[in-house]
Amino acid sequence: MRAPVPATRVFLALLARDLRVARREIVSFLVRTTLQPLLFVVVFGYLLPRMGFVQAGYGAALLPGILGISLALSSLQAVALPMMADFGWTREIEDRLLAPVPIRLIAAEKVVAGVIQGFVAALFVLPVARLIMGPIEALSFAHAGTLLGITLLGSLAFSTLGLWMGTGIPPQQIGLMFSMIVAPMIFFGCAYYPWQGLTPLPVVKYAVLVNPLVFVAEGMRGALTPGLPHMPWPLIVLALLVMSAVLWTVGYRSFARRAIS
Amino acid sequence: MVAPPAIETRALRKVYRTPPPGMLPRGKAAGPVEIVALDALDLQVRAGEFFGLLGPNGAGKTTTLGILTTRVKATSGAAFVAGVDVVTDDVAVKQRIGVVPQRPNADRSLTVLENLVFHAAYFGIPRPDATRKALALLESIGIADRGGAKVDQLSGGQQQRLMIARALIHDPEILFLDEPTVGLDPQARLDLWDLLRGMHREGRTIVMTTHYMEEADRLCERVAIVDRGRLLACDTPRALKSRAPGGTLIELTLEGDAAQAVEQARGHPGVLQAEAQGSVLSVYAERPGEVLAQLIRRLEGSGRIVHDIHLAPPSLETLFISLTGRKLV
Repeated sequence: MRAPVPATRVFLALLARDLRVARREIVSFLVRTTLQPLLFVVVFGYLLPRMGFVQAGYGAALLPGILGISLALSSLQAVALPMMADFGWTREIEDRLLAPVPIRLIAAEKVVAGVIQGFVAALFVLPVARLIMGPIEALSFAHAGTLLGITLLGSLAFSTLGLWMGTGIPPQQIGLMFSMIVAPMIFFGCAYYPWQGLTPLPVVKYAVLVNPLVFVAEGMRGALTPGLPHMPWPLIVLALLVMSAVLWTVGYRSFARRAIS
Repeated sequence: MVAPPAIETRALRKVYRTPPPGMLPRGKAAGPVEIVALDALDLQVRAGEFFGLLGPNGAGKTTTLGILTTRVKATSGAAFVAGVDVVTDDVAVKQRIGVVPQRPNADRSLTVLENLVFHAAYFGIPRPDATRKALALLESIGIADRGGAKVDQLSGGQQQRLMIARALIHDPEILFLDEPTVGLDPQARLDLWDLLRGMHREGRTIVMTTHYMEEADRLCERVAIVDRGRLLACDTPRALKSRAPGGTLIELTLEGDAAQAVEQARGHPGVLQAEAQGSVLSVYAERPGEVLAQLIRRLEGSGRIVHDIHLAPPSLETLFISLTGRKLV
């Protein structure tokens, strides 16, 4: 009898498949996930400041938020959209479900692929946005490690959200659910304004804390513009870890329900 | 040491609840609707055997295959593949099996060749080996020139053969095929049969579901007839056919209603059973040649006109009808 295949090897093969597909679709992927945030940068980070409608310092609050939105959208879509196709009518995912590993590992691989794509989007958006906006006084790249850490945690939270949305929402409702979840998430995600700015509105300030994007955007602020006020680090890290764990649990449960009838 | 059976199921039962609990509309008092797909199914397949599961749509064939290939969870009972429990050690089961699904479900984000190479990689086969095997398999299924094509560019028959190549690339001990010839044109079906016979000769265990009598008869060493989740009979096609009661079926299409001819036919020597449905008179007879000639003479003697004649020798089809009272397809 043949020796069992090491699980890590199967995992890497599954990941290689996803990265191959992602590489092939990178242009449409970047357009889909970063065009809107970048256009926002053009209007609010370039046009309006030059027209005098927006203070020049706004760029420092905007750039980290834009980075947060891009990585959130990319990680979310990188997992949710393929999941919907894979579990669709033809169940294309079956060749991967037949791979000799526990299906938990197959779901985990999807999340890792989502994290990697979140990184790619962030890496793409950061220099482009900075270029569009011009020099930003408070911006610092001294905390690259922190920046990577927050990118990782943020991508993780949104990949697990993608796992849940991609497997848990009936296909006929997916368009509606995306509009109902993603749009409010972006606008109440403290991406276009710092969380501290909500202090005069305490109800809003604490209600938005259900939104993982708040912590990603604030984390990006802490990493990129450490001199400006941002949410305390322990709160950011703890919230993203707890949210990722909860979303992984519900996401995996829904994945397993779809995978095994 | 005696090798374990390739497949063994014990009192396998599967109940689907539709709609799933929790998704019922609010305020509805009625409980979830339960559909019993499998009801206490016991099967044994020997290693190296070509085994058929024959039954109409909804018989539980696909559910049985789903459980054996770890993709469906049984409600109760036990199932073993190569002696390994499909529930407690699904990973070890997955390593030993190849699966050809009912509907081709190739990975459409990948090319034809990539489908095979990546599937091999999921089973730990190094890339150079995988590529070599994949090219050889594409050659053997007659689509060697389509390796770089998108899956959608293949015809239905080619996609089905790609599924077989995918199921074989990691050299599984046991191959499962779920109605592999549905939707194929006659030539493609014959080609597929040859392919399957070849794989069986190599010593592989093959478990195939089908609702085509002929297919089960021509390919399988043993056939299990299932209907509504139950095993009705399980034997070699020859033994099953010999159990088909009533000899050969003679169908005569008459001018006008056949009902009055039934009594005439029943009284005839050699006729075991007769019934009428519209203008068709169905007669089961032991010596069909003799009976047919006499029967036609007798009917014509009483002024009836015979428009058409159809003979069906004892077959899995006539057995199935006698077991279930229904036709297969």
